[in-house]
Amino acid sequence: MNAQDPTLGADHSNDLGLYAKRKSVFPRKTDGPFRRFKWAVMAFCLAVYWGTPWIRWNRGPYAPDQAVLVDLAHRRFYMFQIEIWPHEFYFVAGLLIMAGIGLFLVTSAVGRAWCGYACPQTVWTDLFQHVDRFIDGDRNAQIRLQNAPWTASKIARRVFKWGVYLTIAFLTGGAWIFYFADAPTLQREFWTGTAAPVAYATTGVLTFTTFWLGGFMREQVCVYMCPWPRIQTAMLDEKSLTVTYKHWRGEPRGSVKAAAKSPVPLGDCIDCLQCVAVCPTGIDIREGPQIGCITCALCIDACDQAMSKVGRPRGLIDYCTLEDAEHEEKGEKPTPILKTIFRPRTLVYFAVWAAIGVAMLFMLGQRSRLDVSVAKDRNPEFVMLSDGSVRNGFTVKLRNMEDRPRKMELALDGLPGGAIYTDEMEADEAKRLLALDVPADTTRRLRVYAVQPRAAARPADFAFTVKATDTEGGQDRAATTFTTAEGNGQ
Amino acid sequence: MANKRIDDATGVETVGHEWDGIEELNNPLPRWWLWTFYACIVFAIGYCVVYPAIPMVKSATAGTFGWTSRGALATEMKAADASRAGLRAAIAATSVEQLGADPKLLRAAIEGGRAAFKVNCVQCHGAGAAGAKGYPNLNDDDWLWGGDIATIHQTLEHGVRQPGDDATRMSQMPAFGRDGILTAAQVQDVVSHVRVISGQEKPSASAQRGAKIFAENCVVCHGANGEGNRMVGAPKLSDAIWLYGGDRATLTETVTNARYGVMPAWGARLDPVTVKMLAAYVHSLGGGEATPAPAPQAAPAPAAAAAPQAK
Repeated sequence: MNAQDPTLGADHSNDLGLYAKRKSVFPRKTDGPFRRFKWAVMAFCLAVYWGTPWIRWNRGPYAPDQAVLVDLAHRRFYMFQIEIWPHEFYFVAGLLIMAGIGLFLVTSAVGRAWCGYACPQTVWTDLFQHVDRFIDGDRNAQIRLQNAPWTASKIARRVFKWGVYLTIAFLTGGAWIFYFADAPTLQREFWTGTAAPVAYATTGVLTFTTFWLGGFMREQVCVYMCPWPRIQTAMLDEKSLTVTYKHWRGEPRGSVKAAAKSPVPLGDCIDCLQCVAVCPTGIDIREGPQIGCITCALCIDACDQAMSKVGRPRGLIDYCTLEDAEHEEKGEKPTPILKTIFRPRTLVYFAVWAAIGVAMLFMLGQRSRLDVSVAKDRNPEFVMLSDGSVRNGFTVKLRNMEDRPRKMELALDGLPGGAIYTDEMEADEAKRLLALDVPADTTRRLRVYAVQPRAAARPADFAFTVKATDTEGGQDRAATTFTTAEGNGQ
Repeated sequence: MANKRIDDATGVETVGHEWDGIEELNNPLPRWWLWTFYACIVFAIGYCVVYPAIPMVKSATAGTFGWTSRGALATEMKAADASRAGLRAAIAATSVEQLGADPKLLRAAIEGGRAAFKVNCVQCHGAGAAGAKGYPNLNDDDWLWGGDIATIHQTLEHGVRQPGDDATRMSQMPAFGRDGILTAAQVQDVVSHVRVISGQEKPSASAQRGAKIFAENCVVCHGANGEGNRMVGAPKLSDAIWLYGGDRATLTETVTNARYGVMPAWGARLDPVTVKMLAAYVHSLGGGEATPAPAPQAAPAPAAAAAPQAK
């Protein structure tokens, strides 16, 4: 019942429940440019999702050869040529911000295109609906089967269909784990039962969510669970493209026969309900823009087919902005589509989006692949040696982010008369410059002692510098201090 | 309740209470909530049966699972011990001199020693092993008895001046002033000499007198030039490091009364593996010396005279 229900005032029985029972949706098969576009997007998305972990990428002997790999165990993120260390996570944050602004951009330009075509919920729901049609037949056959009693044949069909659901769900959930480990190895381990428990758990959880959300929840995810439609409602303005039923053209609706009999001229809508039949979320677009409309445009395909059959102009349902709808209603000319898309708002979004992208690319090109950091011992701050010289201990970390071992020089900058040695050397081997090997893709941790002779020992600021001695070079420095008894009240 | 009635707007019965005209509808609890509530009750009953739950006079009921927090801790400790058993066995089977041959084993021993040091040693030697007056700094390169890992291990195992331990470190400096071996003036002269050889004072007449007294009384242990003797634990007097202090007042007290520092014999208190680990840790602090090949001993420095027990 809805709010206009005349019985509501009369009897006070509370049947306007908070809970609306789901009406099953059995979208009819359709064809047309938007359907074909959806096919293409779906094929692309699924191919990217299933194929990406299997792309190989040669990074030499010291790094994995998987093109896209989130190596949580070793805290590395590989994406083709780019390798991200944990301290560079802001690149990932930047990508997320770009994805967010990208959604704003797409929404303000072409409405809920993400919802209609690329959202995983849409893609997998679409896939499962194809499975429904393939196994149970088209819309009418599905409705018949739904209402039929539970005979052996129905049970067999249901079990078979849910088995197909489960297979797709398993392939979906199983594919996810390949992003986190070497795909061929993990696949072998997975089937031989030697993979990590978390791989099986992840596969299990994602198989279940895919089975449940794609096979059964479907449009309810979009309508009830997803926050994005609510945000998009705020993102849309009068210049955003939405799927619009041109009611000024369609109303009053009536079949061709009814129009022939009617004393007043009827609109173009022949009330064939094809737009409702094909809708994957089961709404009636003729009621106007609504949260259930994911703007997949299948109703446009269906309506255009119907209009062609009855010889009326196509586009009764069409992508159209709210502003254009008003113009058209008054008989004015609509704004050209390019002018709608390239308006200040979308250009600003694009500028921000592109600026972040360019800035990140610039930073990727500029980022240092070696790094030195120093932590001074704080207890004891200094050690007096028997000859009166003073020693300070430091923990020095040399970070080599290249996928190959590098030779580096660790040297003192400042600290006149001072010398350094590591705990792997003898004290009398102390020098001002140490040549060191740093293994590939590793942070090498060193205990470094700096010593100042008795005569020169006094507190000082100085720095450790590191320089790669291979052809590519690169350098870094870390400032620290030298402490002696002087100024320590000792 | 007297005032129960069916509410017009909703058709639901009220609970019967009324506060300034405000009434409450008697809507039933949501069923999922109710079932969750019942499930919680069932769970709670089961919990009280299998786990310690109900407080009695002396302790709580035991519970059929026999779970205790102490038992859980013991299990975890056992698991932790088990996970370390391999390393401990390897360390037990390796002599301290050989620990360095396996960097992984040495690393493990040092980390184990670091933990044991925090429990057993910091009270005297400090958290950074920097020592204090009377307690040697373990980071530096000055050792009373020797700084190679085996010697450190020996010192740790048998302690310093531990009665009943034949191998304990035992140095015995006479209390020159208190026992009347030297007069107060002679003590001052010896102190002058020691301060000269350690570079803290310029040569003086007192120091020259002291040099003679030093040669007669002190060189047996401390060496002709104050270079010390690790065989008897006599500290080097010509360096910059003083266990009790190198100023005149402290040195005077040291020569007058002597110093008798002690350390427990850790071999009697800790298991052999932990003592080895402690030796490895102390050796790793920056002052550790290489294991000597055939015969040890070393000594440089100038002058000659008597003095205390600087480490």
